[in-house]
Amino acid sequence: MTVLLYMIPAALLLGLTGLVGFVWALRTGQFDDPAGAAARVLNDEDAPLPR
Amino acid sequence: MTALVAGKGCPTGLAPAETGGVAQDPAAFVSEIASGNALDILVRGASCGGCLGKIEGALNKLPGVTRARLNLSTGKLRVEWTGPLQPRRIVEAITGLGYGAAAFDARTADKEHLKAERSLLIALAVAGFAAGNVMLLSVSVWAGKDMAPETRQLLHWISALIAIPAAAFCGQTFFQSAIASIRARHLNMDVPISLAVILAVGMSLYETITGGDHAYFDACVMLLFFLLIGRFLDARLRRRAYAAANALAEMQTATATRVSTLGAAEAVRAGDIRPGDILLLAQGERLVVDGEIVAGTSEADLRLVTGEVEPAVVGVGQMLRAGSVNLSAVLRVRATATADRSLMADIARLLEAGEQKKSGYRRLADKAAAAYVPRVHAMAALGFTGWLIFGASVPQALFVAVTVLIITCPCAMALAAPLVQVVAAGRLFSQGAYLASGDALERIAGVDHVVFDKTGTLTFGDPVLLMDGTSVAQLQSAAVLARTSRHPRSRAIVTAAGPGPAAAEVREYPGEGIEGSIGGRRARLGTPTFVGVDNAAPGALWFRIGDDVPSAFRFADHLRPDAAAAIGRLRAMGLSLEIISGDATPRVQEVAEALGITTWVASATPQAKAARLEALQLQGAKVLMVGDGLNDAAALAGAHASLAPGGAVDVSRLAADCVFSGDSLAAVPQIIAIARAARSRMRENFGFATAYNLLAVPIALAGWATPLVAAIAMSASSAIVTLNALRLAGGKRRAA
Repeated sequence: MTVLLYMIPAALLLGLTGLVGFVWALRTGQFDDPAGAAARVLNDEDAPLPR
Repeated sequence: MTALVAGKGCPTGLAPAETGGVAQDPAAFVSEIASGNALDILVRGASCGGCLGKIEGALNKLPGVTRARLNLSTGKLRVEWTGPLQPRRIVEAITGLGYGAAAFDARTADKEHLKAERSLLIALAVAGFAAGNVMLLSVSVWAGKDMAPETRQLLHWISALIAIPAAAFCGQTFFQSAIASIRARHLNMDVPISLAVILAVGMSLYETITGGDHAYFDACVMLLFFLLIGRFLDARLRRRAYAAANALAEMQTATATRVSTLGAAEAVRAGDIRPGDILLLAQGERLVVDGEIVAGTSEADLRLVTGEVEPAVVGVGQMLRAGSVNLSAVLRVRATATADRSLMADIARLLEAGEQKKSGYRRLADKAAAAYVPRVHAMAALGFTGWLIFGASVPQALFVAVTVLIITCPCAMALAAPLVQVVAAGRLFSQGAYLASGDALERIAGVDHVVFDKTGTLTFGDPVLLMDGTSVAQLQSAAVLARTSRHPRSRAIVTAAGPGPAAAEVREYPGEGIEGSIGGRRARLGTPTFVGVDNAAPGALWFRIGDDVPSAFRFADHLRPDAAAAIGRLRAMGLSLEIISGDATPRVQEVAEALGITTWVASATPQAKAARLEALQLQGAKVLMVGDGLNDAAALAGAHASLAPGGAVDVSRLAADCVFSGDSLAAVPQIIAIARAARSRMRENFGFATAYNLLAVPIALAGWATPLVAAIAMSASSAIVTLNALRLAGGKRRAA
């Protein structure tokens, strides 16, 4: 059962990563304009990456 | 009137290009920020990535613009710039592309609701995380029958470490509301919820410390998770409804032209106008505050104020109410009240009285809570004392009491109403109707008598030219003169005639007509005496070029196209109907007869409308008021439930429970049908929650409930309630 000693923290850590990621995305306004974000991908005014 | 111009508006053609409309001066809405100036604009008609590129690209080309970003989901555009750029040019750049643009005040934007919704969403995420992980550990405990007591205790300790901080963080909403409700001596649903959470955590901690079998950490966080879903949906619905109502109001946020002490004209926000300010009211402009005319004679369209279709002649010294539209000549008006005071003191007072009456309405959910809370607490207390009497120890008896609190599961109760409301609001939203509050649905569902306003509700409010007895040649020559006027009847002639040339050297005689020259000859359009016709029938507009034979134009206030069908459907739904209008008797009678409505009242003042509704409600009728004018606002607020079309004045939209957009009156029976369906779903949900509790309580009292049973029961009941609420969305196909 010693496997639990690192499997449980590992599981919790993964869950926490997701939670922190979600809160970060919410705080930085990633969900403010879902329609706009989807549409902006198709606009090609961005300059190509320099070689 | 205007043809589609290629390249205007959305490049996909998904949304029609916006044309026309007087662009208001956005200068009043510019705010200063650290890096220069900023302007917030509500853009209409933008629907795809092409629109984004077009609008942002055009704005970035303007000199000095540092940032232009359009939010496609909300239609809100923020432009920031430095230097001497005229804000008017920004709005013109957008309208020039074929989109509608209206500046709005972002400072009044709704940050409170958004903040509340955000914190609920974060609490929901934390509860979800905790519920998932604690459940993982709990399932191992339940499955591991041969688990060593030490291992089980370790798993319980880890659960405690997750669940206790999570419950403390996520439960705050409920704890605060419970404390507030105890202070107000009126127990709401949050009291048993808070008790269940706190007792469950405490008891589980005791069990963990003493190495006991059962810990309720999972039930506790899962309870919070399910409840937060309901709270979040509720908060979101309220914010959406508020935002929808506000978007309409923000777009019409009025500006006015003020004559400064130096004599220059400046654009000001309606809210900045002080009594005593001199305002310049151009033709076609709407007055935003009450005022007294100090210079000029004109005609005013008072439709929104009194419901009267005929424009009134107004002159120096006369009072004009906010909402009046100036028609024929420029007026100077001295403001007599600020914008918030302008909505007629008595109407405001009546509105308030109506709102108070409405707050006395008890929601289904509140009724359920009132019945539920004392019974559950009595059951828990009974379990505790009963087990003590039959020789159980205090912890054992407490254990039973806590299981009763947990397993009676306020989840289903708490989810029953908000879920249905969210689904119903979503359906209404997709049909262009915005709900002001969740309990509005319940009230709309309960109505048995519908009272309509006439002007602007049953009819369009604008006169329409009757084509009988008018030749095309007559119409075309009259239209040449009519194109120069903003009088509703002139507009009706122009609408019938289409685009064309306009007359020169035009003079408007308020209350009489207009005179101009067509092909070098004098032409007049107006009243019979003005045109020079004797013994003419009243109600018609006359037109004459030189000394030719005059021609008459007749008008009607047209019914909305599907008014008759909508009225028929309402009647089939078993509702009695009535018209109360501020307009004159013959016009009201005509509409009532056309629709087959036998009960009608004409020439009603705003007070009379509100009084009539009160009398009806005293007789026990549950009245639904449908109206749009300022004169309907008090009646809308006082009615059991109320609807307003999207074109209504701000006060009426705010007073109404539900605002529907579009020209179709079919929305009215549709909204009632959806509200009725929603009410029966809610009742089913509450019925189910009650039945479930009747089954669960004896099990808990007998002491047979384990954490596993509680977890299954809780999720199953919540899932059933959710699925039942979703049935409402499925009805879309049948309704279509």
